[in-house]
Amino acid sequence: MADLLSYIVRKLLLAIPVILLATLIVFLILYLYGADPITAVAPPHASAEDLEALRDKYGFDEPFPIQYGKFLKRLVFDQDLGTSVARGTLNTDVSYLIEQKLPKTLQLMAIGLTISYSIGIPLGIYAALRQDTLKDRGVMVFTLVGYAMPSFWLGILLMMALAVYTNILPIGGTVGGLENIILPALTLGLGNAALTTRMMRSSMLEVKRQDYITQLRSRGLPEREVIFKHALRNALLPVITVIGLDIGWFVAGAVVVETVFSWPGIGMLVINSIANADFPTVQGCILVLALFVVLGNLVADILYAFVDPRVRLG
Amino acid sequence: MIAAGKPLLEIRGLRTQFFLHEGTVTALDGIDLTIYENESLGIVGETGCGKSMTAFSVLRLVPHPGKITDGSIKFKGLELMNLTEEQMRGIRGRRISMIFQDPSSSLDPVFNIGSQLGEVISLHQNIYDKDALKKKTIEALKLVRIAAPESVLRQYPHELSGGMKQRIMIALALSCNPSLLIADEPTTALDVTIQAQILNLLKEVIREAGSSMILITHNLGVVAETCDRVCIMYAGRIVEIAETFELFGNPLHPYAKGLLMAFPKLGEQKEELAVVRGTVPNLMEPFPGCPFVDRCDYATNVCERVRPTMVEVEPGHMVACHLYPKGGGWQDG
Repeated sequence: MADLLSYIVRKLLLAIPVILLATLIVFLILYLYGADPITAVAPPHASAEDLEALRDKYGFDEPFPIQYGKFLKRLVFDQDLGTSVARGTLNTDVSYLIEQKLPKTLQLMAIGLTISYSIGIPLGIYAALRQDTLKDRGVMVFTLVGYAMPSFWLGILLMMALAVYTNILPIGGTVGGLENIILPALTLGLGNAALTTRMMRSSMLEVKRQDYITQLRSRGLPEREVIFKHALRNALLPVITVIGLDIGWFVAGAVVVETVFSWPGIGMLVINSIANADFPTVQGCILVLALFVVLGNLVADILYAFVDPRVRLG
Repeated sequence: MIAAGKPLLEIRGLRTQFFLHEGTVTALDGIDLTIYENESLGIVGETGCGKSMTAFSVLRLVPHPGKITDGSIKFKGLELMNLTEEQMRGIRGRRISMIFQDPSSSLDPVFNIGSQLGEVISLHQNIYDKDALKKKTIEALKLVRIAAPESVLRQYPHELSGGMKQRIMIALALSCNPSLLIADEPTTALDVTIQAQILNLLKEVIREAGSSMILITHNLGVVAETCDRVCIMYAGRIVEIAETFELFGNPLHPYAKGLLMAFPKLGEQKEELAVVRGTVPNLMEPFPGCPFVDRCDYATNVCERVRPTMVEVEPGHMVACHLYPKGGGWQDG
């Protein structure tokens, strides 16, 4: 247990440079992007001097290293992400904005991931056990389509099929109850389900060829135990490894899907903030999303060590 | 001592074929073989001659896309070819066990030794009580001379050495007292020093259990050490069967002669070892005659056309070669 704790602490320490690098890159992109947040929020009749004064107040007139340095200093010493510079949310704490939106994104990701694994894992096993049959080929076609289809397009198709023409589900937003999350979560989950299916299938096929599987059969073990006890547990290992990567993928996917379905999560916040040149908010959101990816990988590492006795955390 | 015991396993006309896109490979082409009680039989031959496939066929575990297409396998008089898959599972591991070549890939990496052993024992002996099962698993490990069985039970395959893993494979195979153990190259993947230990262990535990063993190997030294009788396979057929002593002293088939020539003997000065020239025939093309014809120094016209049948030249010494016509002795050609 002490091993586990020190492992987690060490991994988190290693995550710090990763996250800092992410913020630096985003900071640089925004800086080079050249949009001016001040002109966007300033009243239309503001004079050139007024704009200059505002820029000075928010620090946008300073050179890049100083701006980034100040951002870091605030982040590290005050745990402060700064305040928004968009019309409507002017001077609101970025951390407050994120707090408002984060639960929605978490909800979406949790359901999306659940959909993705509860389709992908069984379907992958199903296909692997029927290798080279028509059913296997059918599953493979589905995964190819699912993986190749961009999520914004899949989202629109699902929206048309299940909302616009049939009115089964709400088209977007959060006005209704639980049914609002189905379409965005499905859109988010399906693409990854396709990927998980392929992974699970090839991993299962790989394990099925192993000597120890034949050896288990030679000991008279029933096929269902050979497959669902021994082969499955071994075949799940690589799938667990990619859970961490999946979370990163889902973060990116959430940005798109939330926009398509007007789902008020962090993804929408990022998109809106970019449109408004609300740099501090974009910066804060990216920080949180980067943290997600790092934590996702950490969770995958720990999970892996629990399932595979050969892995020692250290 | 030939045919002294009762026949345990009788294989007649066994044919196993693989149906590939490129064509049909005949891996086993009419195998006739009898294993008696309390004997160990060595099957020798080069890679791809069908040694392992014979073992898999006996357990009816021929991998896809292979199939047993003809023949009969009788175990204690029971025709295995007629059993259902369910009945066959009752044979595997309980009556006939198998040990594979590479112990490092033959154990499930994510389960500890105790649970893998316990699984087989509870499956075949219906023991589910935890303490009773633990006692049984410890007994099984003691049988293969493992010094600290209690701690080994908790270990995972990757924590054990190759020799240790092969001991555990033997324990797994023998845990239910099978009448027949098939050991497929059990020492090939091990260090030379460990090989002797494992072979001796196999010999001892087989004798103690009163079981029979089929030892598959390409190493004639291993056979000489371990087996009562030897069967030499070539290109999916059996070419010669004899008692070990007889075969080493008086090999009849040109292939058997070649194999023995290629095998270095202690105290003999040789500049270079003899080789059997040529390579094995393509098993995808059916050949009417003797499969060894292209490599044989004594081949005649008849060898091309007619498949040689098994002839008993001496009591218990059988050979499939046209040099030895039925009822005749050595024909110099």
